[in-house]
Amino acid sequence: MADVGKTPVARNEKASSEFGYVGIDAILEQMRRKAMKQGFEFNIMVVGQSGLGKSTLTNTLFKSKVSRRSVMTTEEERIPKTIEIKSISHVIEEKGVRMKLTVIDTPGFGDQINNENCWQPIMKFINAQYEQYLQEEINIDRKKRISDSRVHCCIYFIPPTGHCLRPIDIEFMRHLSKVVNIVPVISKADTLTLEERDFFKQKIREDLRANEIDIYPQKEFDEDAEDRMINEKIRAMIPFAVVGSDQEYQVNGKRLLGRKTRWGTVEVENTTHCEFAYLRDLLIRTHMQNIKDITSSIYYEMYRVRRLNENNTKPNGQPAIHANGVPEHEVLSHEM
Amino acid sequence: MQERAMAATEIARQAGEGARGVPLSGHVGFDSMPDQLVNKSVNHGFCFNILCVGETGLGKSTLMDTLFNTKFEGEPTQHNQPGVQLKSKTYELQESNVRLKLTVVNTVGFGDQINKEDSYKSIVEFIDAQFEAYLQEELKIKRTLHSYHDTRIHACLYFIAPTGHSLKSLDLVTMKKLDSKVNIIPIIAKSDAISKSELAKFKIKITSELVSNGVQIYQFPTDDETVAEINSTMNGHLPFAVVGSTEEVKIGNKMVRARQYPWGTVQVENENHCDFVKLREMLIRVNMEDLREQTHTRHYELYRRCKLEEMGFKDTDPDSKPFSLQETYEAKRNEFMGELQKKEEEMRQMFVQRVKEKEAELKEAEKELHEKFDRLKKLHQDEKKKLEDKKKALDDELNGFKQKKTAAELLQAQTLQAGSSATLKKDKERKNSGFL
Repeated sequence: MADVGKTPVARNEKASSEFGYVGIDAILEQMRRKAMKQGFEFNIMVVGQSGLGKSTLTNTLFKSKVSRRSVMTTEEERIPKTIEIKSISHVIEEKGVRMKLTVIDTPGFGDQINNENCWQPIMKFINAQYEQYLQEEINIDRKKRISDSRVHCCIYFIPPTGHCLRPIDIEFMRHLSKVVNIVPVISKADTLTLEERDFFKQKIREDLRANEIDIYPQKEFDEDAEDRMINEKIRAMIPFAVVGSDQEYQVNGKRLLGRKTRWGTVEVENTTHCEFAYLRDLLIRTHMQNIKDITSSIYYEMYRVRRLNENNTKPNGQPAIHANGVPEHEVLSHEM
Repeated sequence: MQERAMAATEIARQAGEGARGVPLSGHVGFDSMPDQLVNKSVNHGFCFNILCVGETGLGKSTLMDTLFNTKFEGEPTQHNQPGVQLKSKTYELQESNVRLKLTVVNTVGFGDQINKEDSYKSIVEFIDAQFEAYLQEELKIKRTLHSYHDTRIHACLYFIAPTGHSLKSLDLVTMKKLDSKVNIIPIIAKSDAISKSELAKFKIKITSELVSNGVQIYQFPTDDETVAEINSTMNGHLPFAVVGSTEEVKIGNKMVRARQYPWGTVQVENENHCDFVKLREMLIRVNMEDLREQTHTRHYELYRRCKLEEMGFKDTDPDSKPFSLQETYEAKRNEFMGELQKKEEEMRQMFVQRVKEKEAELKEAEKELHEKFDRLKKLHQDEKKKLEDKKKALDDELNGFKQKKTAAELLQAQTLQAGSSATLKKDKERKNSGFL
């Protein structure tokens, strides 16, 4: 944006900048200013069994106490009676960029004895967010800026068994990859050696491919060759093996986040130790906008199509039902 | 450290919507978000639509050329247009890495008619049509808003003729009709025809007339600190007095765009000569994004609300059923389909009836024809019979005659024979007597 000597296509090259310069690219600066003024919103959901380090990881990702545990004033029961999905919003700011981060925690997932349909409350929650957005969008008198509470990204925590994906993991990811961007991570990766880690990752990737589960970054949404190249590299590394920590230790004279054990310290941000840095870069530094765009232009549109078509097949006069999270038929309806 | 301090002071500002502010203890990295957003937009490209309204010959096309530094095709229009028409052309411009799809819409024949009552109507219709197209796309079930080519008019440059006195009534009427539909930026065209002092008076007169008639022209936004100052000064310079030129003239040792007169040269990019630079600053370099946003959030939303209310939709109270829009839409659709079907039925019935009538008519005609044929045939037969009778009579007569003739001949022959036989007899008798 600060380079000199730009000229629009129709004129010949001129050395002086002012003469040929129209100023169209100043729109980038305008956009940036507008974006900074408006701020950003990002909604992230963490799913996984208790004790896998979800809260710690979110704290590490956003370098502050954003998890549910930190917000609780009282001690929560270890085995809650119902699955209650809580979403907590935080406003964080960095270098003038304001972000409203919402962390949606799903405590107690998969902790029951019978876990059939344990993904249903989560699907219902995600669809309820889409529903809310749709309602706002359909209003006659719309708000100037609809606050976006749709879940942009769902991080799924895989326990580090080292063998392969469990049926509950497969079922859950299969259902959820249809409505939200899923990023699977191997949690507590410091229990696996590097070879075990590679083997586990390979098995997971095979399982995902065999079950046709499309995780983020999805192959079909790659826009051009450059995107594909970047995304292929990411896809080769998925699922990321992460270690979370919010405690700092002294390592080689520097204070780093890590986990201290008697045989050494696992550094969280060291890429040779674990892949936390890659995950963070993917989610925040490079692909956040892309994640939001996919949510709004693909998943939300899919939901909207389904919902509006659903309404068309009903005779008028019937009270409109609230969107049930789980569709009975997973086939997309025809166009009107 | 700085981040934490900054965050701490800003948190108090952000207490809205039940969110708590949390301080960051390290660099997270989401400050790259604006960059990501910008990159995405750059890949996607931008679009900007300008509508130029003004009488023929005020230099609209020239100004567009000058503004965007390219030669847009098109010949100057004639003055004898029967009505006002709008001609739009789309161009793809690129500067460094920004691609802009620019659409310039020109009014052709504005102000040329004798009766100018309806001049503004075609313009309003055009703008509404663009809104309508976007609304339709938005209401579709399967929609592609992401890649939709936005044709809504973002800015309307209204060219005021440099009379030096006041606004024409046509201008006032048109601007009043357009101000709720589009961002209007009035400019004084061909301002090298007015001297500086007259220009100042003219500007004051124009602004006061606009204010007294309640015309809402576009005000550059002053809520963002970075541009508030420059925008508010510019607001005071409205309407901009511009001169357009695509010819280059050598001044000193540079080539500048200017208009050359025998008494001097008017330089387009000289701020003392005309406000072209200000217009370009404001329109493109500072406020393009804001113009687009205003179009979308204010004008388009207003249109949408009016249109949907007109169609009979209402937002119901909070405790009524949700999706009333969808249901009313469904109900209306069914109603419409029902009506359509009824009409179709009616038409079909009418058609059937007509066909029947025609058929009956044709049958009648056919019957008549048959009758006629029969009658003729009968006539023919009668004639034939008569003729035959006559012939028979004639034949009878002939026969009779023949008979008579043969009878007569026979008689004659008989008499002859009788005579001869009588002679024979006499002879015989003589003979016989001779013997005696």
